[in-house]
Amino acid sequence: MKVPGTGLVRGLAVTLRTMTRPAVTDQYPDVKPELPPRSRGVIALLEENCTVCMLCARECPDWCIYIDSHKETIPAAPGGRERQRNVLGRFAIDFSLCMYCGICIEVCPFDALFWSPEFEYAELDIRNLTHEKGRLGDWMATVPAPPALDSQGPPPKELDAALKSLEKPDRPEPADG
Amino acid sequence: MIDVLEGALRVLLVLGAFLVLPLVVGQTEHKAMAHMQSRLGPMYAGGFHGWAQLVADGVKFAQKEDIVPAAADATVFKLAPAVALIPYLVVLVAIPVGPGLVAQDLDLGLFFVVAVMGVGVLGSLMAGWASANKFSLLGGLRTAAQLMAYELPFLLAAASVAMAAGTLSLSGIVQQWQPWWLLWQLPGAVVFFVAGLAELQRPPFDMPVADSEIIFGAYTEYTGLRFALFLLAEYAGIVVLCALTTVLFLGGWHGPYAESLGWLWTLIKTMVLAFVVIWLRVSYPRLREDQLQRLSWQGLVPVALLQLALTGVVEVLIT
Repeated sequence: MKVPGTGLVRGLAVTLRTMTRPAVTDQYPDVKPELPPRSRGVIALLEENCTVCMLCARECPDWCIYIDSHKETIPAAPGGRERQRNVLGRFAIDFSLCMYCGICIEVCPFDALFWSPEFEYAELDIRNLTHEKGRLGDWMATVPAPPALDSQGPPPKELDAALKSLEKPDRPEPADG
Repeated sequence: MIDVLEGALRVLLVLGAFLVLPLVVGQTEHKAMAHMQSRLGPMYAGGFHGWAQLVADGVKFAQKEDIVPAAADATVFKLAPAVALIPYLVVLVAIPVGPGLVAQDLDLGLFFVVAVMGVGVLGSLMAGWASANKFSLLGGLRTAAQLMAYELPFLLAAASVAMAAGTLSLSGIVQQWQPWWLLWQLPGAVVFFVAGLAELQRPPFDMPVADSEIIFGAYTEYTGLRFALFLLAEYAGIVVLCALTTVLFLGGWHGPYAESLGWLWTLIKTMVLAFVVIWLRVSYPRLREDQLQRLSWQGLVPVALLQLALTGVVEVLIT
């Protein structure tokens, strides 16, 4: 049989029990939050890796990446010929447009873009949210090391391939190279 | 000369308690409610766990513009906060804190206290009527309905104690009090406390100020210091109600070393009750207007009447 008033007492018990437990509030500006791994705070640019392939700018759903570049001619090495290479002029991400989808980072074939968990870059002027090359490069220092591989997961493909090539007996050289 | 000085000292002490205790209760409410909801509550004001939050709030209220709506009945509108606040100050004068430790011992103490406490609700009525605002008026009318419904069980429960003690003097009641009264007067105590809560319009009986439907009831049009006075009246009301419940039902200063530490016992019991008031607020949702009326007329009034009968029967049996 249900005693009348049980619910009332139970309600009181819930609040009292909650009071004895630590609060869930984060004291944010005083205590920095513990962010989960792979947090998407800001996008960092490793300029040396960028080949100005423009994939990131083209894939960006809201067109917030601005890239300017020009070609430079590398003088011919002795016995060789002149080569041309792309030189990055401007690389900027407008974080007032960015929706943090991460497609640019996924699509970059040369690992020039990284997620950094830093999120404290609010500005009073919206124009300052466009981070130029230098500022994007500065974020590199805050990029965490890639998370360790899953201990139960399959070995990385690169390692797999390397191991397989070791196991295989040396193939005979093709007759004519 | 000595009499005048002593009188002044007593009044000053009461005024001090009147100004400090509601703030203590308010701060306790801030923190206890926060932790009951897994929050921290104020943390900055004053440096240590936001102890000065209510002081800061007071300063803020004092800086705000004092607005009287154009259509309002200005005199009544301005007077209402005082009418809501002062009765509690007056009641505090008659509440005995320790043996012989009372600002003004009245032979008709209980009668006086209950009568004056009823006046406090008039402040809300005045505010609701004078504001020229439909929400205020609704809040005022709900206040009136609530006063009508809960004054009766409140008085009946108080009468039961007076009957048991055979006196209307608050000090006399505490002197007569014996521990077994806790059980004997238990229904009365519950009725008194609940009805008192309802008269103070504390949650879960805060239908008159139900913010989701009528903004803030009778206090909707108030700003600045007058609004702060209404808030202060609410917390002063809590202190007075808890002190009264302590004196009438929990034996006031009775406890170990009552002769020297009586005042401390009264204070502790009052504060524990104040915590219960906060606890109830956090735990229960607001009662609907019809539930509110039903609880009073079908719950508290019959229980109070039964308590009165029980008190009478036991009183006859033991004498």
